[in-house]
Amino acid sequence: MPTPLDRELKKGSAELLILSLVETRQRHGYEISKLIESRSAGALRFNVASLYPMLYRLEKRGWIQGRWVDKAGQRRRRYYRLTATGRKVLRSQRSHWQTFVAAINQIAGIENA
Amino acid sequence: MPDFTKPDFKNAVRLRVARLNLEPTREAAIVEEMSQHLEQRFAELMAQGNTRSVAQETVLRELKEGSRLEKDLLQVEKQVPLEPAPPEGSGVYATLARLQKDLRYAFRALRLNPGFSTIAILSLALGIGANTAIFQLLDSVRMRSLPVQHPEELVRVSIPNARGRSGTARGNFPFFTNGIFEQIRDHQQVFSGLAAWNSTGFNLANGGRARGARALYVNGDFFRTLGIQPVLGRVFSSQDDQRGCGLPGAVISYGFWQKEFGGKASAVGSKLTLEGHPVEVIGVTPPEFYGVEVGRAYDLAVPICSEPMIAGEYSVLERRDGWWLGIIGRLKAGVTAAKATAQLESISAPTFQATLPARYQADEAKKFLAWKMAAEPAGTGLSSLRRTYEQPLWLLLAIAGTVLLIACANLANLMFARANAREREIAVRLALGASRTRLMQQLMLESLLLAAIGALAGIVLAQGLTRILISYLSTQFGSVSLDLGLDWRVLGFTAAAAVLTCLLFGLMPALKATSTRPIVAMKTGSRGVTTGRERFGLRRILVVVQVALSMVLLVGAFLFVRSFQNLITLDAGFRQSGILAVDLDFTQLNIPVAQRNNFKQQMVERMQAVPGVESAAAVDIVPVSGNMWNDYVHFDNAGQDVHDLVNFNRVSPGFFKTLDTPLVKGRDFSPADTLNSPAVAVVNESFVHKLLKDADPLGKIFRVDEGAGVPESIYQIVGIVKDTKYNDLHAEFGAIAYLARSQDKKPDTDASLIVRSDLSLDSLMASVERSVAEVSPAIGIQFSVFKTQIRDTLQRERLMASLSGFFGFLAAVLATIGLYGVISYMVVRRRSEIGIRMALGADRGRVMALIMREAALLLGIGLAIGTGLSLASTRAASALLFGLKPHDPAALAMAGLALALVAIAASYLPAFRATRIQPTEALREE
Repeated sequence: MPTPLDRELKKGSAELLILSLVETRQRHGYEISKLIESRSAGALRFNVASLYPMLYRLEKRGWIQGRWVDKAGQRRRRYYRLTATGRKVLRSQRSHWQTFVAAINQIAGIENA
Repeated sequence: MPDFTKPDFKNAVRLRVARLNLEPTREAAIVEEMSQHLEQRFAELMAQGNTRSVAQETVLRELKEGSRLEKDLLQVEKQVPLEPAPPEGSGVYATLARLQKDLRYAFRALRLNPGFSTIAILSLALGIGANTAIFQLLDSVRMRSLPVQHPEELVRVSIPNARGRSGTARGNFPFFTNGIFEQIRDHQQVFSGLAAWNSTGFNLANGGRARGARALYVNGDFFRTLGIQPVLGRVFSSQDDQRGCGLPGAVISYGFWQKEFGGKASAVGSKLTLEGHPVEVIGVTPPEFYGVEVGRAYDLAVPICSEPMIAGEYSVLERRDGWWLGIIGRLKAGVTAAKATAQLESISAPTFQATLPARYQADEAKKFLAWKMAAEPAGTGLSSLRRTYEQPLWLLLAIAGTVLLIACANLANLMFARANAREREIAVRLALGASRTRLMQQLMLESLLLAAIGALAGIVLAQGLTRILISYLSTQFGSVSLDLGLDWRVLGFTAAAAVLTCLLFGLMPALKATSTRPIVAMKTGSRGVTTGRERFGLRRILVVVQVALSMVLLVGAFLFVRSFQNLITLDAGFRQSGILAVDLDFTQLNIPVAQRNNFKQQMVERMQAVPGVESAAAVDIVPVSGNMWNDYVHFDNAGQDVHDLVNFNRVSPGFFKTLDTPLVKGRDFSPADTLNSPAVAVVNESFVHKLLKDADPLGKIFRVDEGAGVPESIYQIVGIVKDTKYNDLHAEFGAIAYLARSQDKKPDTDASLIVRSDLSLDSLMASVERSVAEVSPAIGIQFSVFKTQIRDTLQRERLMASLSGFFGFLAAVLATIGLYGVISYMVVRRRSEIGIRMALGADRGRVMALIMREAALLLGIGLAIGTGLSLASTRAASALLFGLKPHDPAALAMAGLALALVAIAASYLPAFRATRIQPTEALREE
C-alpha cells in the first residue's frame, strides 16, 4: 500500500512524469506505466486505477492527445502524444521542479547523487 | 503447462465504470483501453511465474486499489443523464434504493428542461395555492375545533322548534333569556358544566370619541366549563356571578392584554372604563383562546350579573322577553348528544312554564310553551361568519378547483408535447429492454415531483392569499380574527390536490408515451407519425375541455360581478354619499326622561350649526345599519281588522330632506309635533300599497299593540314618502312607518344623528367632536361613514365578484395558452401540407382560413359544452345573486364573446406564421 507521503509525492510529480514520457514519441498507457516503474527503479508505480484518470485529465486539459491506432494483425491501441500546449506546460513544470528540488537540497543538505 | 489464455477483464472494468453514467461510446472506449492494460499486466505476471489465479487476483486488486478510480474518473468525465440500472430485488431496501435513483433521475429530467419545469411549477403553485387558501379559510371557519379542553364534549343548547322570538334580542346568538338559562342550569343532569354568553361591544373611552372593545357577558361557570386556565390572575367562578354583583371585575384576552397593557403583569389589578363604569382587571386568558365564536375574538369578559349596571335602564337580565344568551354545555362522561337532547326535552315544559313572558298573549304563549330544547354538537364553536360564508366558500372552492383542472389540462398538453420530444429516448429504452411499468413509474414520478414542488410553493402562496381573503371579510368596525395555522386537514387537502393534479396531468401522457412501439418511433426519425394523429386528437379534446370549463367560470364571474354592480348601483331610495352617521351616548349626563327629546333636538340643531354642514337630522334606526324595529300595524277597515308586520323608524324633521328621500304627499314632521299634540306618522308608498290597497292614506289612523295591560298607541298618517331600503339592500322595498322623534314617550340616552356635508371626513369629524365637547366632554361619540357602512353589508357579494372575476380571468388566460399551444402545434405538423397547398396555388387568405377554422371548431365545441355546463351549474349560485337569474342570457353571451376573442388572439399568431411558410422549404424537408 502506498503511504500518504508516497501518494502526495506521486500526485505532485505524476503529471510531470507523464508529460516527459510522451515528449519525444507517442506511447500507450501500459508502456507509460512500465516506463515510470523501470526508470524510477521501482520506486514509483502507477497501476491502472490511478494512471488512466490522470491520462484523461491531462487529455481534457489539452496537454496530451490520445488516438486509436490500428496496426496490421494487432488489436487497436490508444497512443498518447504531447500537444503544443503540453509542451509549454512541460517546460515550465520542469523549471519549477528543478527550482524546487534545488531548494529542498539546499535546506535538507542532501548530497546530489 | 500453465494456461496462457487471457481472462476477460472487460467485465471487471465495465462494472466499475458503468455506475458513472458516462456516454456509451466513451464508456466503451475506457473499458477497451483499461482492459487491454489489465490483460497485458496479467500476461506480465504470468510470465514472471505466477499462477493464473494469483495473477488474476493481483490484477483485479490493482484495479480496485485505493478505490479511487470512480472518484477520479468522475472529476474528468462528463456524465449523461441516462437511466441507471435499478437495483434488483423486491425488498424494502431495494424498493427504497430504486425510488431514490428514480427521484434523482426525475430531478435531473426536470432540471434539463427548466422552461417547462418553471411553467409547470408556477401554474401548479397558483392553482394549488388558490385552492389551499380557500380551503384553509373554510377549515378555520367551518371545521377547526375550539381551542379548549376536549372540544368534542361540547354541545350547544338550542330550541329547534322556536320560530322567532318576540321581545328584545341582543348579540349574535340571542337564543335564551337569563331566566331560561337559570332553569336549565338548575334542573339539567347531563352536563358537567354550562357556559352561557352574550357578545357585545363596550366603549372604553370616558366621553369623547368612542373606543370600542369586543366584549362578552359570561356566566360564572363559563371558563371552568370550557376548561380555560388563566395565564395571569384568575378567571370568574360562580361566586363572581351573583345577582346584584355590580361590576366585580373583567377577564381580558391575551391579545387585549398585549395591546392595551403591553403584556405587563401589573395589568391585573389595574382599572378599565366600560361604558363609563370603572372595572378592575382580574385575569388574562391563554393566547389561543378567543371565545366560542369563530371569527370574532373577544377583548374582555364580564359576568352576566354586571349587565344591569352597564346597560342601566335597558337591562335585559330580568326581562322574560330579553333574548340575549347562547348556551354551550359540556357533556358528562358517557352522555351522548342524543341523551342530552332527551333530557333537555323532558325539562322543556317546566322550564318554559316558569319563564313565560307576562305580555305574551294566548296564541303566542301556547307556541312558547310547546318549545322543546335539544343539544347539537358544538366542538367547532358557533359562528355567524359561518352562516354567511360557508356556502360562498364552498362555491369558491369549486371555482378554484375548476381553475386547477384547467391548469392540469394545460400541463397535460405540455406533457404530451414533451412526450413527443422524448419519443425516441423512450423508444430506445423500451428497445433496450426497459419494462413499460418502469418507464411509467419514472414518468409518473416526474409528474409527482412537479406536483409536490407546486404544492409546496402553493402552501406558501396560500398563506398570503388567506390574509387577503380575510381582509374582504372585515368591516369598518369588526375585524375578523381567525386561527389560520396549518393543520392536518389543510396539509392533507393540499397533498390530495397535488396527487390528484399529478394523476390528471401526468397519467395520460405517460400512458401514451410508453405505448409507443419502438420500431415505429425509431424508424420515423424525430417525428412519430402513426401515434401523432391519435395523440393530437387527445390534445384537442383537452383544449375543448379547457374552453368549456373556462366558459363556466366566466359565466359565473359575469353573474357575480353584475350582481354586485346591481347592488351598488341600485336606487336605495336615499342618498348614500356625503353622509356621516354620528352616534352620541349621553348616559353619563343623567338627563331625566322628560328632557331627553329636547336634548336630542338641541344636538341636531348644534350639528346644523357646524360650518360646512348642509343639513342634519336625528333618527333611531340608521338605514342598512343592521338594526331594526318592527311591529304589527292595525287598521279598521269597515269594522274589519286589517293588520300586517311593518318596519318602524323614528326620525326628526329634515330627515327625508337630508337623505334626499322625496315627500310624495302631505307633510314632513315639524317642531309643532310634540308629546302634547296628536301622534303622527309618515309612511312610505309600499305601506300605502300593502296595507291600504293604494287608498288615500292622509288622515287615516292606525294602531300598534303595546302588549297586555298597556293601551295601544294610535297614529295619524300625515305624509307619504318614496320607498327606501330598510335594513337590507338585497330585500325588496317593504312597508315602513316613520314616527316623530319628538313624540317618543320613552326616549333613551343615545342619539343617532345623520349629518350631510361636502367637507372632508376628517375635518367634519373634528368639527362635530368639538361641537359636542362644548356641551359636555362626557358625551361618547362614534362615527360611521354611511356609504361605507352600506358597502360593508355587501362584503359577500364583493368577495364573490372579485374572486370569481379573478378566477374567470385566470381561466381565460390558461385557455388562451392551451389553445395557442395546440394551434401552433397543428401548424408545425401540417407544415408540408400547407406547403403543398400553397405550391398548388392556395393564397395566404385560404391558409389563414384553414387554421382559423380549426380554432373556431375547437372553440365552437367548447362553447357548446360550456353553455350546457354553465346552465347546469350556475343554479348553485342562485342564492348569492341579486337582480338577475342564474340563467342570465347576457352573462352567457358575454362569456362566449370573451372566449371568442381569446380564441382569435390565441390562434392568430400561429395562423399568421402558417401564411409565412415558404412552399419550397417546407417541401424540401419532406
